[in-house]
Amino acid sequence: MEQEEALSVAEEFVATRKVRERFPEWVLESTVFRGEHTLVGRREGIGPVLAFLRDDPELRFDFLADLTAVDHLPRQPRFLVVYHLKSLPHNHRLRVKVPVPEEDPEIETATGVWPGAEWLEREVYDLFGIRFRNHPDLRRILMPDEWEGHPLRKDFPMGKVAVNFDKTRGK
Amino acid sequence: MAHPAAPEIRTETMVLNMGPQHPSTHGVLRLVLELDGETIIRCVPHIGYLHTGFENTFEDKTFHQVIPITDRMDYLAPLSNNLAYCLAVEKLLGLEVPERAQYLRVILVELQRIASHLVWLGTHGLDLGAVTPFWHTFRERDMILDLFEGISGVRMMTSHIRIGGLALDILPGWADQLREFLRIFPKRVDDYEGLLTRNRIWVQRTQGIGVLSAADAIALGVSGPVLRASGVAHDLRKAEPYCGYERFDFEVPVGQNGDVYDRYRVRLAEMRQSHRIITQALEGLPEGDFKIRDWRYTLPTRQEIKTSMEALIFHFKFVSEGFSAPVGEVYRPIEGPKGEIGFYIVSDGGRKPWRCRVRPPSFVNLQALPKIAEGRLIADLVAMIGSIDIVLGEVDR
Repeated sequence: MEQEEALSVAEEFVATRKVRERFPEWVLESTVFRGEHTLVGRREGIGPVLAFLRDDPELRFDFLADLTAVDHLPRQPRFLVVYHLKSLPHNHRLRVKVPVPEEDPEIETATGVWPGAEWLEREVYDLFGIRFRNHPDLRRILMPDEWEGHPLRKDFPMGKVAVNFDKTRGK
Repeated sequence: MAHPAAPEIRTETMVLNMGPQHPSTHGVLRLVLELDGETIIRCVPHIGYLHTGFENTFEDKTFHQVIPITDRMDYLAPLSNNLAYCLAVEKLLGLEVPERAQYLRVILVELQRIASHLVWLGTHGLDLGAVTPFWHTFRERDMILDLFEGISGVRMMTSHIRIGGLALDILPGWADQLREFLRIFPKRVDDYEGLLTRNRIWVQRTQGIGVLSAADAIALGVSGPVLRASGVAHDLRKAEPYCGYERFDFEVPVGQNGDVYDRYRVRLAEMRQSHRIITQALEGLPEGDFKIRDWRYTLPTRQEIKTSMEALIFHFKFVSEGFSAPVGEVYRPIEGPKGEIGFYIVSDGGRKPWRCRVRPPSFVNLQALPKIAEGRLIADLVAMIGSIDIVLGEVDR
């Protein structure tokens, strides 16, 4: 019963409703937890959905608050790319989650929709190893350029690798 | 003999490395600048020199143990970081914090906002050759640090805001110390304004410099005073109130031109508004508990431990293994001194966060630097860096 109620609350939210109407094939799931609305959708076709979320007059998610990823090892698909959107005109928020598989960790960039995604996507690429297609400048941002591995992956060995300064490796 | 046609003058651009040890880059920011004479053609920030993997460390700590690490991100505003984290965990757990704790939290984070803005004002002035304000602002900041010391015993890394409330209630005499600060502070802000607001050198070095339009600011995800200086009246204390901010009467200062000067004006006005909020919160400070009484999520008080066996057991369990949170995910942003700071916590039902991501305002705001610097003179670059108000501890995390 409680679940049904939560489900109907999720469906009532204007963003969930409109995205479901417009992209019925894209939506995988919509949830609400502690008053926060989440849409889970497919990796394919994420670009038009994000542009729709930004441009639709009733939604107007013009502010990309955050873009990050979660590693759900050993669950498959392993990664989730998470967008936290905010609409300044309507003062509402939405979280969009997109599953990304381990064997092909790639997703379309959001920099075309929100230029502010540039560094956030670089960080996700750096720390999770998820590539963003058509990103203007996809380089590591926090770790050194010659670093191997992606530290926020759950299988990255924590504190078990000696890290010595090596003149021959640096630039 | 006829002169041959004057050869075409060919100039080459120069690549200049600025930082990471440059004093005006506020830490370890490194900028690679491509210059045509004195004009910046390209500005590429290189960050990561302070990267210590905070988000990775969070995943290895219990929910309570994360708090002191959050202090060390934006080390000029540790209490704001604490609050952002604790609000997220409380939302995840579904906790309701007592009213007195909310009022005290508001007082503390507003003091923190003033302290952070004072450091910004002092160092920003220093960058541009105005040495005097630095001594003034650090004098007042010291009063605030004394207040923090009086309430928590620590001047900077206080970790005073905890899940479910505060670490300790205020001690007798602390409110008087705060009143003394509130009494002198407005006059001191007038002094800063007297030194800078109509100072010709200051105005010439800041007006029309580093202009960021409202549309660009929103598209880049810029938040906080930088966004408001561009004319967008967005403040999370008004838009999505937390800790009972809706109870207090205050304004959101907004700029018009989005230049360095407007950012200066907005931050100064914000200090006055914070002063207003603290005054109201101190007047209306209710009696009651300074934290919840659910000992699963917070340390029992000394008195309880000494008199109740159960409290002692809860204390032991809390310290030795922590508590587990329900499965779910939350994102609860607050208006920090630098902008929207929020923690995105994913819980798998365990005692440690599965993923704990911080939305760093300095990191996102810094992204606007190439946008406002390119095409401008290199001499103005330090003014622009200063006006964004970054803390590299948070940019790199």
